[in-house]
Amino acid sequence: MTKQTKEYIAFWIFRILSFIVLAILIWILYFIFVRGWHMLSWDFLTKMPEDGMTKGGIYPAIIGTLYLVAGSMLFAFPIGVLAGIYIHEYTNDSKFKRFMKLMTNNLAGIPSIVFGLFGMSLFVKTLNFGDSILAGSLTLGLLALPVVIRVTEEALIAVDDSFRHGSLALGASKLITIRKVVLPIAMPNILTGLILSIGRVSGETAPILFTVAAYFLPKLPTSIFDQVMALPYHLYVISTSGTKVQESRDMAYGTALVLVLFVLILNLLANALRRYLGNKVKMN
Amino acid sequence: MKRKFKQFTEKLIEGLLLISGSLTSITVLLIVIFLFKEGLGLFTTSPMENKNVIVVNKLNPVEHLTAGQIKKIFDQEITNWKDLGGKNDTILLFTINDLSNYFSEEEIGENFEYLPEKLNSIVDSIPNLLAVYTDKYLVKELKGKIVKVDKNNIPDFILGREWFPTAEPAVQLGVLPLILGTLLVSIFAILFALPIGIATSIYMAEVANERVRKILKPIIELLAGIPSVVYGFFGLIVIVPLIHDTFNLPVGETALAGSIVLAIMALPTIITVSEDAIRNTPRSMKEASLALGANRWQTIHRVVLPYSMSGITAAAILGIGRAIGETMAVLMVTGNAAVMPHSLLQPVRTIPATIAAELGEAPQGGVHYQALFALGCILFILTLLINIWVEYVSSKQKFKK
Amino acid sequence: MNKIESKNVHLYYGDFHALKGISMSIQENTVTALIGPSGCGKSTYLRLFNRMNDLIDNVRIEGDILLDGRDIYKKNIGMRIDELRKKVGMVFQKPNPFPKTIFENVAYGLRVNGIDHRSFIEERVETSLRQAALWEEVKDKLKKSAFELSGGQQQRLCIARALAIEPSVLLMDEPASALDPISTSKIEELIYELKTKYTIIIVTHNMQQAGRVSDRTAFFYLGDLIEYDDTPVIFTNPKDIRTQSYVTGRFG
Repeated sequence: MTKQTKEYIAFWIFRILSFIVLAILIWILYFIFVRGWHMLSWDFLTKMPEDGMTKGGIYPAIIGTLYLVAGSMLFAFPIGVLAGIYIHEYTNDSKFKRFMKLMTNNLAGIPSIVFGLFGMSLFVKTLNFGDSILAGSLTLGLLALPVVIRVTEEALIAVDDSFRHGSLALGASKLITIRKVVLPIAMPNILTGLILSIGRVSGETAPILFTVAAYFLPKLPTSIFDQVMALPYHLYVISTSGTKVQESRDMAYGTALVLVLFVLILNLLANALRRYLGNKVKMN
Repeated sequence: MKRKFKQFTEKLIEGLLLISGSLTSITVLLIVIFLFKEGLGLFTTSPMENKNVIVVNKLNPVEHLTAGQIKKIFDQEITNWKDLGGKNDTILLFTINDLSNYFSEEEIGENFEYLPEKLNSIVDSIPNLLAVYTDKYLVKELKGKIVKVDKNNIPDFILGREWFPTAEPAVQLGVLPLILGTLLVSIFAILFALPIGIATSIYMAEVANERVRKILKPIIELLAGIPSVVYGFFGLIVIVPLIHDTFNLPVGETALAGSIVLAIMALPTIITVSEDAIRNTPRSMKEASLALGANRWQTIHRVVLPYSMSGITAAAILGIGRAIGETMAVLMVTGNAAVMPHSLLQPVRTIPATIAAELGEAPQGGVHYQALFALGCILFILTLLINIWVEYVSSKQKFKK
Repeated sequence: MNKIESKNVHLYYGDFHALKGISMSIQENTVTALIGPSGCGKSTYLRLFNRMNDLIDNVRIEGDILLDGRDIYKKNIGMRIDELRKKVGMVFQKPNPFPKTIFENVAYGLRVNGIDHRSFIEERVETSLRQAALWEEVKDKLKKSAFELSGGQQQRLCIARALAIEPSVLLMDEPASALDPISTSKIEELIYELKTKYTIIIVTHNMQQAGRVSDRTAFFYLGDLIEYDDTPVIFTNPKDIRTQSYVTGRFG
């Protein structure tokens, strides 16, 4: 076999295997869209579940997930961004920096179910928040923290040092340099990362199993100490352990579609933002 | 004055940054503390649930039993005291349910007020008896002898093959089937995902033109973004029936279903990390190869792949880590039978799935609850080892540059 | 006969016109230096001779380049690209050994061109390392990683690697720019010896180097070939004022 033939064969194998990845995604999306599409209606999105969750809507689960996303991000956004700034801009000692990064990586590598155990042990039991939005949001927030930190760090790394030196040379303090020069440049990347991490948080199930998620709760929460339903847990319940799994199949397709649409929209939004803000910064 | 205030603000903000930066380390520390506090508590408790005690005749030489032995006695696998280091005599098992075989209702009393005494007497009178009852029926002058039950211990926990965390009278906490189930599902997931993942990353980094890459990149991002319950749901509705029909099995919920779903979920990690590694190959090195008459494929497999091997290895390990920790999707498709796995076409149960499925039912502070936290510890240690491994492998890549 | 001939060669990176009609011929067994300020197109021009520019997206090339009288860019009737690259070796700006042993680095070109006869490869590796004046320094550690060598040694290894496939032309893209003065002078001596067997084209920023090693010198400016003549002429009696300014260090 000549080396040209080998190359030809090898590249075709790569091409085919890559398109398997594409095919898998299309398969998943097609299946969820086709079977879930007819479920999507205003009623489905705004009504309480009825008849053992075989009819009605998923309103409380949507609201619950929105609360959890908002709560966790309220915690993880500011702290994560600050931590990212600290690790990248303030730690000069390389050993310390390595340690910080190692810890961030370790936290990122911890399985979500372990976060669930931890959240239950600390927030639900020890701090006595009970199964509540507060406990669930904090658990999800901790889970999202390393993601936000990494996103921030990467955005800061992408900012060329000449910007920093330029500002410092003009007599600006480090803090002002970061606030006025570095952050504005890094912001588009930070924001895109943050949007993607919202997607991640909204789909997590394991951490909320024992910290907030309610099996069936057809009312909206009134305080942060209430339990809520959540989309991913709801999908799990009605597709596996509900009382009438077969009858709630359609509801499950609809819920899966809503979850996927949510992630899809966030992805598109992140990409659009990346492009829009990216151009804007370049123009300046 | 104004300047002082400004300096103060700067210091304040720097302090705030420091605290935020340390929060990840603190969280890791807290996770370790909370997890291990509950988890290690398991090894100071007895496997006997509900304060049950085992009482035997005073002359019986058997001093202590293990949880495994108790289960075998109840399963009638051990029927002779000889097997437990006692005399050659059959074991006569006695629980509260057998009470009516020995005593009439009047003898016990309306409110069981004579029960402790009666129990005491039968322990005294029947030499080959093994009685199990709760400690509230113990009398002060016990004529029998309480057999000690060995505490839960780490070797039995890790090497035990039986997982019956709610068994009566003694729980069986052997997690070997769960550990093996987790590893089986994860390793096969990676074996399925690696060829496709690496091929895709090579294709994207070295072969595809800009236009194709612009299509593939967001697709992989989206694949990474789909929640794990959705993968689980997809697996449940599509892959499980497919396996059921293809292999003509009684149930489609098998290790294979778990591996396939996990393989799909691990793809984005593997592709992104190894694509980065491949892209890191210096352009000049590739040019040198091409300038020597090598074609692109020769350059890829003789120069690019060896150069990025540590990054690709890191990708594979990270993928395994993700797979080991994945909970919901696996819970939904693997059938969750806590048995020693023998084949891929059999239901298995993984560690995360066990925790997710059982923690809700385990009473807080009980043996079962602690055992689930101990499982969490094992999971934590596994992922920690994997992280360290990844750090080690990728530090080798840095050295090479 | 001219070893290499380029006729009215234009090169575009997208809209950018990087080479504007370059015609020049290069004699066999000579050293030709390409000089000029950064961005003048000299490296781009050098990389035409082994079609290294093909790797970059959006490149358009017009005109003819002949090697031994055969066109290297015409598909079908011209020379195949791997055949071309066997004839034209290249040494890069920074030493870029492969993550392999010293031996395997030199053997690489042979292996990818389908040679796997062991004793032949061993013999060729030794000859090439000797030609690159590196044999004595590495003969005892051929199985060690190439990354263990010093920068200057790595660059000579890269030269040996290029020589192993017995090219007739050797392209050098600022081969000494990343090296210390001692290593640089070793490379220059090497170039002087190699020209008896090879046709060498070298891109350099260093005027003295061009003066020391080359027979002919071409001065590029903003994509144009301004002047091409015997090296002493370029340095002592240039015809164009821009050449004169450049070689006397007034710009660039």
